[in-house]
Amino acid sequence: MNDSPAPPKLKVAVWKFASCDGCQLSLLDCEDELLPVAETIEIAHFLEASRAVAPGPYDLSLVEGSITTPQDVERIRELRAQSKLLVTIGACASAGGIQALKNFARVEDYLRVVYATPEYVETLATSEPISAHVRVDFELQGCPIDKGQLLEIVLAYANGREPRVPRHCVCVECKRAGQVCVMVASGTPCLGPVTQAGCGALCPRWSRGCYGCFGPMPGANAEGLDERLAMLGSDPRERRRLFSTFYANAPAFRDRHAQGRADEESS
Amino acid sequence: MGTQKSGTPGRGDGRRVDPPDVPGGAPASLLEPAAVGDLLRILREQGYRTIGPTLQDEAIVYDEIEGLGDLPAGLTDRQQPGEYRIEERSDDALFGYNLGPRSWKQYFFPPSLRLFAARRAGRGFEIEPPDADPPALALIGIRPCEIAGLDVQARVFTGGGHVDPWFAAARERAFLVAVQCAQAAATCFCGSMSTGPRAERGFDLALTELLDEGEHRFLVEPGSARGREVLAVLHPTPAGPAERARAEAATRRAESQLSRSVDGEGLPELLEAALEHPRWAEVAERCLSCANCTMVCPTCFCHTVEEVNDLSGERTERWRRWDSCFSGEHAYIHGGDLRPSTRGRYRQWLTHKFGTWHAQFGSSGCVGCGRCIAWCPVGIDVTEELAALRVGSDRAETAETEEAT
Ligand code: SF4
Ligand code: SF4
Ligand code: SF4
Repeated sequence: MNDSPAPPKLKVAVWKFASCDGCQLSLLDCEDELLPVAETIEIAHFLEASRAVAPGPYDLSLVEGSITTPQDVERIRELRAQSKLLVTIGACASAGGIQALKNFARVEDYLRVVYATPEYVETLATSEPISAHVRVDFELQGCPIDKGQLLEIVLAYANGREPRVPRHCVCVECKRAGQVCVMVASGTPCLGPVTQAGCGALCPRWSRGCYGCFGPMPGANAEGLDERLAMLGSDPRERRRLFSTFYANAPAFRDRHAQGRADEESS
Repeated sequence: MGTQKSGTPGRGDGRRVDPPDVPGGAPASLLEPAAVGDLLRILREQGYRTIGPTLQDEAIVYDEIEGLGDLPAGLTDRQQPGEYRIEERSDDALFGYNLGPRSWKQYFFPPSLRLFAARRAGRGFEIEPPDADPPALALIGIRPCEIAGLDVQARVFTGGGHVDPWFAAARERAFLVAVQCAQAAATCFCGSMSTGPRAERGFDLALTELLDEGEHRFLVEPGSARGREVLAVLHPTPAGPAERARAEAATRRAESQLSRSVDGEGLPELLEAALEHPRWAEVAERCLSCANCTMVCPTCFCHTVEEVNDLSGERTERWRRWDSCFSGEHAYIHGGDLRPSTRGRYRQWLTHKFGTWHAQFGSSGCVGCGRCIAWCPVGIDVTEELAALRVGSDRAETAETEEAT
């Protein structure tokens, strides 16, 4: 192949915080793709795949899940210190996830409804992204993340280059695919214009509005879209719920939630 | 190909300067609706892929069609800023709609195109040739403004020193069956861009659908030698003055329905002087920077070039994909984004399309198709924005004059 000595393997670790494991599953799903690059990557810590673990430090830590307990806060600081690069994978790690809905409610209320003995549960009042606690080198969006984008991240770092992940919205993917816009052609509320690309416009391609599961794109004008949805006849509750799912805690969507609440109360 | 750069800037219709292909004007003839099916069959037998209007997911879009049954018979579209709806007509018109979201540019400037690949070979690399040639397409139902749009893109991709091989080959091979507009959508403004509602040239065949008084026939005009040959096989009957008059009336009807317009007078200069106009900030509050306008625009040509490498690093492909002045990557250079604000992006789109395009390519970048108006998810209307910029600029001028006196 070439005569220079093989570069050292990229030592990769995968970590989990408050999450459903779906993003780690995307990594397991990359098995076939990752086998041929076993020479360039060493999976040093990935409990979902293997109980064999190697101690740190690590070249690349992929972090799934949000920070919801006092122990999480300690552990993420420790991991950051052990990792040259720290990349969050998915909505939970990058924005707090669906569990960040508790940020809009009283956590004691949830505890009482869900757990028989809430006093055994030690939890923070909020679900926060990793970036609220430590420096993050790259946030990979999606609920769950896209396998292709994950591979791009790993390969980019293994090859010492910047990852190339789009910063435009879902509409660009939707139009490149030749899909008819559901918002314009049938008035279906769609978060595509404010949502980061990555899914290949999966929902619009099935004639459904985008649910925003890749989170707001950089600079998203969620307020502009919200106003348009109101003009199209969507009521404040429906609109608030639209923005309050996987990325409810991302600032652009969180503002819509707050506005929706205010509108509901005043109407 | 008939592209030329000598058109009067601001008018966008230098096309009409060329002499018609058919000396002495086109001898029009008549076809029955069923003959449109024969036309499709003949073109397919000649090796063309026939692309035309068909109903898909609540819109009439261009896609491969095989026969008469694929056409959107009896359907029409109702359009408003940010809104498009399919409706039924009271007749069986085959081409009784206006424009859908997909322009023909998808075939000449594909959304994603593999330019070439490179494979590691020893210490160097070998280039794999680009993808196969574009197919020969028959464009069934291309509208006058769309012919103009194709011309505008042809000037971009083939008019300079570096000819885009895919575009040039696709354009060279394409057989154009135009359909003259007999109605206008509420979003159309071809009249003020001098691109419609009737095409005089630039097609191989042009059809006008005649539907009055219970008749359903097509007036056909050939526009090229190829067109005449194909038409001859269909054995049309000659058209008389009555049918010609009806075709003219159809054009007049479309013309009278045009409800939007752009005042092109001094527009490039006006836009250049309006860079700090407050309207840009106002429109930026509504604009989502979603790029839909540029994706549906038949003349927008911005693209990005990406290298995609395989996992072993042995082989890399270079892809060209549609990009937009509204995307975060488009103006991203070393050190950051040149145009981070929506205000700046919207201003770039409008001032390029209606202003600096003239200096760059010798015509307006807009052909008045109205797609960007209908398919903007928040219904931003370029004609309204341009009018607002003009009003404000006039006021600014008046204020200056008043101060001076
Ligand atoms: S369907 Fe949704 S994602 Fe697709 S263009 Fe319309 S608004 Fe954008
Ligand atoms: S700017 Fe709008 S109206 Fe003009 S050609 Fe493009 S899509 Fe059509
Ligand atoms: S003008 Fe409309 S279609 Fe264009 S980027 Fe803005 S919101 Fe999207």
